[in-house]
Amino acid sequence: MGDKVILLDAWPSMFGMRVRIALAEKGVKYEYKEEDLINKSPLLLEMNPIHKKIPVLIHNGKPICESLIIVQYIDEVWNNKSPLLPSDPYERAQARFWADYIDKKVYDAGRKVWATKGDEMEAGKKEFIEVHKVLEEELGDKPYFGGETFGYVDLALITFYSWFYTYETIGNFSMEAECPKLMAWVKRCMQKESVAKSLPDQKKIYGFVLGLRKRFGIE
Amino acid sequence: MGELKVIGCSKSLFCTRVEWALKLKGCEYEYIEEDLRNKSPILLKYNPVHKKVPVLVHDDKPIPESLVILEYIDETWKLNPLLPEDPYERATARFWAKFSDDKCLYGAFGACTAEGEAKERAIETTLESFGYLEKQIQGKKFFGGEEISYLDLVAGWIPHLLNVIEEVGGMKLVDAERLPSLHEWAHNFIQIPLIKECIPPREDLVVLYSAHLSYIRSLEPKKQ
Repeated sequence: MGDKVILLDAWPSMFGMRVRIALAEKGVKYEYKEEDLINKSPLLLEMNPIHKKIPVLIHNGKPICESLIIVQYIDEVWNNKSPLLPSDPYERAQARFWADYIDKKVYDAGRKVWATKGDEMEAGKKEFIEVHKVLEEELGDKPYFGGETFGYVDLALITFYSWFYTYETIGNFSMEAECPKLMAWVKRCMQKESVAKSLPDQKKIYGFVLGLRKRFGIE
Repeated sequence: MGELKVIGCSKSLFCTRVEWALKLKGCEYEYIEEDLRNKSPILLKYNPVHKKVPVLVHDDKPIPESLVILEYIDETWKLNPLLPEDPYERATARFWAKFSDDKCLYGAFGACTAEGEAKERAIETTLESFGYLEKQIQGKKFFGGEEISYLDLVAGWIPHLLNVIEEVGGMKLVDAERLPSLHEWAHNFIQIPLIKECIPPREDLVVLYSAHLSYIRSLEPKKQ
């Protein structure tokens, strides 16, 4: 077909990981470009001049930014296999709602856990656990958020798993203890090749975050 | 069509955009006005997660979050398509809708409630954001081209609400000189009858936003 697909990304980014999973699910061949976020490339600044952030998908020279917008784009273009969003409009609305909930709540709560201390950190930890309990309830007894198959909401959330060891160690809590059903869902997702190969090792993320904490002067 | 209800607040811009979408699609619906200081059991039942308006209820199935609702409406009723068919154009529309809400709308809210140097910085950043939006409308009658579309509805708070936020916040963000294309778009957009008929009276909005600002100020620690 002659499709040229480039992904501008950074290995620890849970947002970039979402795009990696989507591309893997669809079997799309692409060029991965690692960005140094302290020293952003001219290509990144050209392709995402407004936010200057990763991930950016470049498809035949045209950029698409914002991870969930990219994932929906991938789902619509490579629509011949592994649908990520359901076909029913109401179920699609539910999927979009929960992905939006994950975007609004998980990152900020998690960030408070690793990037702050004292009361703010404790508040972040409480919020992080609460949010995951809500998500665990939404999952219920289904194998995946989308039902029988891995989909959009699963993809939106699973990438945070790579940061769980970091949150748990710094925050001193256990997701297995707090949300056992959700952790069973995590194990199920991690058995998928597209997910396992898109997520970095948890200990590697922890090392990276320890470096950030040192740089920002957080004890 | 089925049974359609909108649980909303007529003064909320997020609810207004849902009504615009439904009217564009020729949908009839029942509007249930909420008192947000005293949330009804029906709202808590249909949006237990956020407990916010708007919620669209279609044949007893609830859909909260205005942007999620707009896409649902567009996928369910085919008259007057809101989003383009081409995936790249759809991604672009979604990007600008998110940008408009995150940076222009919340930027304006932030600038309104900030004070002193923080206010100056907030105004500068928000103006920059409006500048990006201006580039998107240059050379076009509406964001959708000749007809209004998803992005027009999402940015549709600008013509009737922005100058209320400016007045309450004591600042100026968009005018004909600084952002001529956006100013012209605003003028064209608000003339459309189905758009105009959903807009609440300006005085009501001034009262609402002034009260909101007073509330924010009352939460601040007393200066020594």
